Amino acid sequence: MCRLRFTPAGTSPSSANKPQLCSTRRLEAFQLSTILQYLIYGLQLGSVYALLALGYTMVYGIVGMINFAHGDFLMIGALGTFFIAKLFTSFNVDGTYPMLIVGVIILMAMLGTGGIGVGVEAIAYRPLRNKPRMIALITAVGVSMFLENFPRALSFIGPNPRSFPTLFKVVRYSFLGASITSTQIIMITLAAVVMVGLYFLVNKTKIGSQMRAVSMDKDAAALMGINVNRVISLTFFIGGALAAVAGICYASVYPQVEVYMGAWLGTKSFIAAVLGGIGDIRGAMLGGFIMGVSEIFATAVNSTLGYAVGFIILIVILLVKPAGIMGKLTKEKV
Amino acid sequence: MNWKRLLKSAYPAAIVIALYFLTMLLLKVGLFNKYYIQVMMFAGINIMMTASLNLVNGFTGQFCIGHAGFMSLGAYGAAIITTMVFDGKNIPALAQTPVFLLGLIVGGCVAAFVGVLIGLPSLKLKGDYLAIVTLAFGEIVRAILRLIKPIGAARGMIGIPLYSTLAWILFFMTLTLFLLKNLIYSPYGRAFIAIRDNEIAADVMGIDTTKYKITAFCIAAFIAGVAGGLYAHVLAFIQPDSFSFTKSSDFLVFMYAGGSGSLTGSIVGAALLTVLPEVLRFLSDWRIAVYAAVLVIVMLYRSDGLCGGKELPFMRIKRNSLYDKPIFPRKNGKNEPAGSNR
Repeated sequence: MCRLRFTPAGTSPSSANKPQLCSTRRLEAFQLSTILQYLIYGLQLGSVYALLALGYTMVYGIVGMINFAHGDFLMIGALGTFFIAKLFTSFNVDGTYPMLIVGVIILMAMLGTGGIGVGVEAIAYRPLRNKPRMIALITAVGVSMFLENFPRALSFIGPNPRSFPTLFKVVRYSFLGASITSTQIIMITLAAVVMVGLYFLVNKTKIGSQMRAVSMDKDAAALMGINVNRVISLTFFIGGALAAVAGICYASVYPQVEVYMGAWLGTKSFIAAVLGGIGDIRGAMLGGFIMGVSEIFATAVNSTLGYAVGFIILIVILLVKPAGIMGKLTKEKV
Repeated sequence: MNWKRLLKSAYPAAIVIALYFLTMLLLKVGLFNKYYIQVMMFAGINIMMTASLNLVNGFTGQFCIGHAGFMSLGAYGAAIITTMVFDGKNIPALAQTPVFLLGLIVGGCVAAFVGVLIGLPSLKLKGDYLAIVTLAFGEIVRAILRLIKPIGAARGMIGIPLYSTLAWILFFMTLTLFLLKNLIYSPYGRAFIAIRDNEIAADVMGIDTTKYKITAFCIAAFIAGVAGGLYAHVLAFIQPDSFSFTKSSDFLVFMYAGGSGSLTGSIVGAALLTVLPEVLRFLSDWRIAVYAAVLVIVMLYRSDGLCGGKELPFMRIKRNSLYDKPIFPRKNGKNEPAGSNR
């Protein structure tokens, strides 16, 4: 199986055969405007990681399993958006869509991906809930393979990458020498709004307190009259919906969708979730942004380093704080 | 040692030798072709990888999900010895075998050394966090290999001599299984199983858990390194990206589908799941989707794996000769030590 390696845009290694350009590029890296530019890219990538990491961390916090198929929800969200946007093609004006239609498209993609998340949980994970965790993890690997290769085999999707439609009118703004597009602004804002919304959902609403109760103790929560299955389904739904938003965010800026796109994004977001302390919502957001920003900065130095830097940060942090930045270490009782 | 015992302990080896000659015969007759042989070679390598992973995951209870990292270290270590240090393609045939073996051992040692390094954080991290560190380790190894220019960086290493034959792979596979069987089903191996079942209790009973955990990592890494060396000499081409997390998850899948805590399970899982995608080739595009569906169904209906915790007779040592108690507690509760007077 080949999985494409993920390289963020703007990192073409063309400087390899031009040593002079290379040195000037290095110098540029210290200028304020360049740093700001990297920061914008980092925030943008970080919001994708954070949204995905939230899904990982919520599922882990509530069910206690690593859902390796979560990255593929992102792919389903992005591919789904591609096809939904095709449905609304009659509303297309000058290559972009009106705001209302974009909202409908995003909402439909979120609902659809969330639904697939619920379905996957009901079919593949629920029967294994009381089995050792590694069993569920292997099943998740199988589900991930299925979610990647089933659409690949379908004739109307296939293995070829497609170019993602431009949903918004792209306007380029200049800010302290760094350029930022309207798509980036909208996507970062959307991610932020979704994350704040999730934070309030979990901490301020009734269903949120049910979720927290289930994550603390499933059996006690069930005794208190909480429908555990419903809460877990809802968690997968929210995870899927967030992954769809992440997919749209990612595909709007790196406009290419194909069936394997979720694999590496998923792994890295998972790393981000662990970095922040898996099971903790604030930790996932923080971890996502740390991963995104550090990856962009390291990629500016060397593209392979950019890929590895997240893992190096992870190991360093875990050696200092074995449960991640926000995570609490639980003492094992005898 | 009397003759009967010797014969008894030798018959698994006899099965492997018979398998080899049968394959060679079928190849001569024309029923088998080179492609079948290559699938068999990969199956052998995968069995080695899966069995060694089983030592760490299935028997010691540590979660290593970056096993392909060790494999890549072994593959590169061995390939550097046979290709760059000795010019493997242009040395006399007599010198090839020692060079090959030296390469495999060096590859194994490099992997084992790194295995110890990875074993060290396992003292501090538990469960899922350890798993993530091993995942990160595998990816860091891959990233570093992509950076080193003399060994081809991201393009990979070419021109590796084709030393691995089916006979060599079957030999190393048998040796691995023999060693692991004798290690695991011995008093020493019971320490691994004790750590898996309850680490704190094992510690209290006086087992040096640190030592055993690092030993497990080290041995598994060595075997993975040798398997990687064999792999490099099958394909004559290695590249960092072929040892990605996808590869590690393949071995995990083989291991848990076969059944963790069972060497027989590793053999069955690795052999079946290596052959299955090849058998499914007639499905063309649907191949991996069907494979994944089969995997999920197996995990749903046989969560303990195909051989969950059980061993075929030749993959275990007769219990009475070593211990009073069975290794795996029976379900019907008749678990009394043979020598008790109750």
